[in-house]
Parts: sequence; structure tokens; C-alpha cells
Amino acid sequence: MARDPKKKKLTVDQKRYTELVRDTVPRPRYGKNALLAFFFGGLIALIGQGFIDFYRFTLDMDVKEAASPAVATMIFIAALLTGLGLFDKIARVAGAGVSVPVTGFANSLASAALEFKREGLVFGVGSKMFILAGSVITFGVVTAFVIGLIYAIFIF
Amino acid sequence: MEWQIYIWAFLVGGALAMLGQLILDFTNYSPGHVLSGFVVGGGILGGLGIYPRLIEFAGGGASMPISSFGNALVQGAISEAERNGVIGVMTGMFELTSTGITAAIVFAFFVALIFNPKG
Amino acid sequence: MARKIGKQTYQPENPPVIISTAAVVGPFEGQGPLQPYFDHIYTDMMAGERSFEAAEREMALNACWTCMNKAGKTPQEVDFFLAGDLLNQITTSAFSAVELAIPYLGIYGACSSSGEGLALATMLVDGGYANLVLAATSSHNATAERQYRYPTEYGSHRKPTTQWTVTGAGAALVAPGGTGDGPQITMFTVGKLVDLGIKDVQNVGAAMAPAAADTLVRHFADTGRSPGYYDLIVTGDLGKFGKDLTKKLAVSKGGFDLSDNYEDCGLILYDTEKQDVHAGASGCASSAVVVYGYLYRQLMEGQIRRLLMVPTGALHSPTSFQQGDNIPGIAHAISIEKP
Repeated sequence: MARDPKKKKLTVDQKRYTELVRDTVPRPRYGKNALLAFFFGGLIALIGQGFIDFYRFTLDMDVKEAASPAVATMIFIAALLTGLGLFDKIARVAGAGVSVPVTGFANSLASAALEFKREGLVFGVGSKMFILAGSVITFGVVTAFVIGLIYAIFIF
Repeated sequence: MEWQIYIWAFLVGGALAMLGQLILDFTNYSPGHVLSGFVVGGGILGGLGIYPRLIEFAGGGASMPISSFGNALVQGAISEAERNGVIGVMTGMFELTSTGITAAIVFAFFVALIFNPKG
Repeated sequence: MARKIGKQTYQPENPPVIISTAAVVGPFEGQGPLQPYFDHIYTDMMAGERSFEAAEREMALNACWTCMNKAGKTPQEVDFFLAGDLLNQITTSAFSAVELAIPYLGIYGACSSSGEGLALATMLVDGGYANLVLAATSSHNATAERQYRYPTEYGSHRKPTTQWTVTGAGAALVAPGGTGDGPQITMFTVGKLVDLGIKDVQNVGAAMAPAAADTLVRHFADTGRSPGYYDLIVTGDLGKFGKDLTKKLAVSKGGFDLSDNYEDCGLILYDTEKQDVHAGASGCASSAVVVYGYLYRQLMEGQIRRLLMVPTGALHSPTSFQQGDNIPGIAHAISIEKP
């Protein structure tokens, strides 16, 4: 029997099985997850806002300037919690509530750097640090480049 | 100090996080996909001038989510582009985000040096 | 000469005996209901080693040495060392083979490696190629997570279908029929890869269930036995939902009702109420420690006489998954009986 390379589309069996799985496997607790994410995301926003006001007054900055040290502080806290082994425990409950804010970004860098330290500073910490966060940086920069280009050429 | 901003911060920060959670639960996209999407979204809203206004009235609620990173990159690129054209796009991009990126890399590095993964 | 029965099942002429087994586990597994049945429970995920990978090797070697010591055998007396694990290039097994210095045949069946090892051991022993074969497998939660999924301290959100990779290792010594009075491998069915379109790595139970059902249906069709022939049928690590799916598929594909005597090792190993393992255990060690630790003793003590062990594996890789490929599954059925 000759080889049939065309077996690419979902077969009838596969479609039927996908339906069976959908019926058998439970859905995530949509409501509970959404509410927890909302609560924790809001909480982190509050804490961040608190730091913004703190730096405004102690470092005599305006609102826009104070955002930078506030973000850096949140990043520090998230990295520390990652090192202490607490961040993943919080994330199990909070879900996107801690991964959507910059705390998630910090955790992805810190957890990767921490995990791959066994592979040494160069192969491990240095390179693999960006395994999870890299896409965020890449897409942010590319987006900003395209939009900046549009502004430079068409608007200014 | 305006207390109003804290209420909006909570609501907007919460809403953005909830949006992320709903996408994770309802689709097959991974956290990496969702966060990349947020950054691109923040960048586009920044380019349209919407995100800076969001930051003005929601404060931390808009500047804490990762979408603000996209906005900051865009704002940096645009403000230098106004002065130096296309080259300015590249020189100005990390102006506003360098604190965050530097902090993230440096703290991650030191955490890796000091702590050990617990599994 | 062994007999081929039906399409995928084989009956050894002189059913080999599993003369001894050993099972070691990590701290989390040691808190489960099977605690009294393990040879060693580590109190630390690092097992005192400098990395998780080194810890997994230490556990694998512990299981191998304990198994040989129980039978009073030395590595020099063992003809073949068959071993596999989840790590890239199965380094746990390879480095264990370095220390044991036994002629080594590495195998890869993902979480079905225990069954693959026993099937191959049966062929080698009954085929006259070996008088003693050591079949072993291992897995470790942290090494699996950091290779397949996320860094261990990453704040990932787990779904209800996510499973928990077992930290542990199991080993079995197989000798020709007539060596002692241990349980015998009377039949084995070698499974085929089955791909029913599952792409979700957080739902490997669903990816492997079709293979388990396929092999079970094939086993019963080939041997003419019915599920009721066995006192217990266990799959390796399908978890709660994979188990449900297998039962449904067994009915729809073969008309077999598995409700009475079918269990999943992934659900026996942990106390699913108290231990947060979501859908259940996964990993090569799931089937290995449950069968080699707990069920082997049940067989020796006569609590069960006929066991059908069906370890299941998902044969994807992080790369294949990221490139959008499906997750194909495989399952082998090993009939272990002690008259």
C-alpha cells in the first residue's frame, strides 16, 4: 500500500472525539477565575498607585515621572516573591490578576533566570532569562517601531 | 491627593486583568500570547492617544498592566520621531521604559544568584 | 517459541517471572495513600543533589539497586538494562547505566516506558537472549516542568485537566519462568500510536485515552478474554477525565464495560481530595511506582491474582506542540498473573 501524505485534515473520528472530550472534560470555573483575577489585578493597581503617590511626594516628581520608580518597585517585589517561592503560590489563586500586570513580566524573567541557573550564568541565567518574557519585549518594540514610523512619515 | 483615582485604578486594573483571564479560560491561547497581545494593544492605543488619557484618570490601573509597556514604547518612539524623524523612532523608543526593563533584568539576575528554585 | 495471538498480542512460551521490584518516591508522593508500599520516600525534591536532574538520577539508581538487592543479584548478573524517562536524550537512564555498568538499551515511551520495558524484557527472556533483565523508569516533577512546560517558580494558571508529574522511580527484575514464585508476565499487547486530534498539552489525559482504549480493545479481541477475566485493570496516568474518556471509548469501540475493575494509577497514587493534583498524576513513575510498589505486593499477598497493566504515554515534544502538531498517544497492555 502506497504512502498517503494527504491525511492532514481532521478525520471524522477526530471530530467525534473532540466533541466527546468537550462533553467529558470540565470547563474552567469561569466566574470564579474572572472575579479573582479582577480582585488581584485591581489590588496590584492600588498598590502601584500608592507607590506613584509615594514617589511623587518623596522624590518631588510629577505624576508621569513617578510612574517609572513605581513600576520598578513592583518589579522588585515580584522578583523577590519569585525568589522566595511565593509568587507561584499566589498566582495559582490570582491567575491573570498577577500575570497581566508588570508583576507577571518580572516573574517570568526571575523564574526563568532562577530555574536555569543550573545551566550556568551564560547558558542558563543569561540566555534563558528571556524564554517567557522575550515575546513581550519583541512585540512591544516592533509595534512601537511601526507606529513610530507611521508618525514620522505621515504625521510629522 | 485625589482619592477618586484609587477607585478608578482598582476598577481599570481589575478589568484589564479580568480580560486577560477570560481570554486564557475561553481560548487555547497561552499566557505568552495574551501578554504579547496586551503589549501590542497598549501600543496601538498609545499611538491613537487613548492610553495616555487612560493613565491620567486611572493612574496605577493603567500603568501597572503590561499594556502600559507597549504604550510607553510608542510614546518614546513618537516623541523622538517628532524631533528627528525616522531615526528618532529608534533612539527614543526605550526612553520611558528603560527603568522598567533595567529593573526587571537586574532584579531577575540577583534573584537567580541568591535563591534556588524549590520545585 | 512465543506465540503471536491475533494482531498485536504475544504469549510467551514460558511466562517470565518478575522476581523483584522497587519503588522510590519524592516527598509529595510519600504523603499519599500508598505511603507504606514504597521502598524509600525522599524528604527533599533535590535528594541532596545539586540539580533536579541529578536528583532524578539518584532516585532511578536507588530503585535499581534496591530491586537487585532484594533479589540478591548483582549488576554483573544482569544481562540487559532497559530504561527510559522523560528527559531529552533520556539522560537519566543513560547516566544510571553508566554507574550500573550493565549492557544498556535505552527506550522511550514517555509515560508508557514501564510497559515498554516489561514487554521487551519478556521478549528477551522468553526468546532465550537473557537470563535476567532489569527494566526501570523514572520521572521528576521539576525536571519535567522545566523541560516541557514552565520554570518551577513561574506563576502559571493550571486548568482542571492539568496533571501533576510524579517524582519517583521504579525498577523490576525479569527472569525466566520457573525462577521463584513471583508474578508472571503471561501476555502482552504492543500498542500503536493513536492520534485523535488533541492539541492541548494541559489535557494529555484526553490525548492518551484513545490509545488506552485502542490497546485494551485489541487486547481483549486478540486474547478472547473479557475485562472480567482480570481482578484489576490499571492505566498508567490518564487522570480523572482520561479515565472517563477511556471508559466511554471502550464501550463505543469495543462494546466493553470497564466500570467494575478499572482504575488509573494516577488516581490511586495521590489523595485527590487532600492533595492538589487537579486531574491526577502523570509521568513515567506514575505507573511504575504504583505497580512495582503497591500492586506487586497485592499480587504477592494474593489480594489480586490477575492484573492488566496498561501504561500510557503521550509522544509529543515541546517543539512539536509549538509547531501546532497534535499529541499522539500510545499504550501497552501487560498481563501479570500469579496463580
